[in-house]
Amino acid sequence: IFEYNGSAVVAMVGKNCFAIASDRRLGVQLQTVATDFQRVFEIHPKLYIGLSGLASDAQTLYQRLVFKHKLYQLREERDMKPETFASLVSAMLYEKRFGPYFCQPIIAGLGQDDVPFICTMDCIGAKELAKDFVVSGTASESLYGACESMYKPNMEPDELFETISQALLSSVDRDCLSGWGGYVLVVTPTEVTERVLKGRMD
Amino acid sequence: MECVIGVVGRDFAVVAADTSAVQSILVHKTDEDKIMVLDSHKLMGASGEPGDRVQFTEFIQKNLHLHQFRNNVSLSTAATANFTRGELATALRKNPYSVNIILAGFDEDVGASMYYIDYIATLHKIDKGAFGYGSYFCLSLMDKFYRPDMTVEEAVDLVDKCIKEIRLRLVVAPQNFAIKIVDRNGARDYARREIVGDIPPAEAPAAAVNA
Repeated sequence: IFEYNGSAVVAMVGKNCFAIASDRRLGVQLQTVATDFQRVFEIHPKLYIGLSGLASDAQTLYQRLVFKHKLYQLREERDMKPETFASLVSAMLYEKRFGPYFCQPIIAGLGQDDVPFICTMDCIGAKELAKDFVVSGTASESLYGACESMYKPNMEPDELFETISQALLSSVDRDCLSGWGGYVLVVTPTEVTERVLKGRMD
Repeated sequence: MECVIGVVGRDFAVVAADTSAVQSILVHKTDEDKIMVLDSHKLMGASGEPGDRVQFTEFIQKNLHLHQFRNNVSLSTAATANFTRGELATALRKNPYSVNIILAGFDEDVGASMYYIDYIATLHKIDKGAFGYGSYFCLSLMDKFYRPDMTVEEAVDLVDKCIKEIRLRLVVAPQNFAIKIVDRNGARDYARREIVGDIPPAEAPAAAVNA
């Protein structure tokens, strides 16, 4: 069921910045339905979530999270910290322990003092914090290999963009269920850059 | 199996669906309308389990009308699509509907738009799409021949190509199709493409074969 729509999401930490990237294919098993599907969503300008797995549950989960975050903003009059948000997502997923959302989220944000924060979790909310990169989706195994070999600590935003793009494109080329281009978001304390990649369109 | 095809052109959208009502090997009727006119400027072409299809599309239609009566304003196509997805998503883990939907509408501010809604409530905005076994033939045809901003004639020509392919290559091909269009002037029936039908014998020889 995780392989029904096909997806690949990856996030990497750089020097005072982070990048989160996903593929753009929406498929129904072997058939490609769309090549411009969005998997990475903004919660607030310094917090992004990428949802791989079943597209329907990704959309439902995103809508519920935005709802909860907006209520939080009204009550606390500020944006949620990434660590807090990760705990929120984890709790929401574990609520459905015996009937889960079929999604693996990747959370990436700039926390206190703009320190980059990334984490991933499985479909029932087991958090996995990382200092370098996190991956999820049908292409996750290829992504692990590509990121492990290409990653260096403390990369500047431009170099980080190159690295994450190459890792994403080379990994989805080995996975039939993900691909059809890439969408990369590089976030620094001062600006957010969105780029769409054109890879092997197949 | 039921095929629904949708194409967006310049300020209009076309939805075509087959018109056969089938139960295992028996064709009950050949003029079943599967494209529901939701309101003045929206079309919902649905395929899937027959009971669910009729119940769910009527449910959406009536809710849309209720919103219009209560609030004196019609929902936009995007809002309708999200409402439909919400209903499907809520029902998914209790009492799922097996209906695949192509929702097409015209709004003054955004023009024509079309949404693909899966039976498991995956929502995506598209320019061209298809459901059913016919989609295996139509999607690549549409990839090749579709251009943004087509005229009505070009779009219906593309739909006709898809219909021809389905009739030719699908083993249990539905023969008859209905085509509906939605544009600035509203949602309405555009054409029928019929080969076989429940025609009385006296008129059968003179029946027009529109292809």
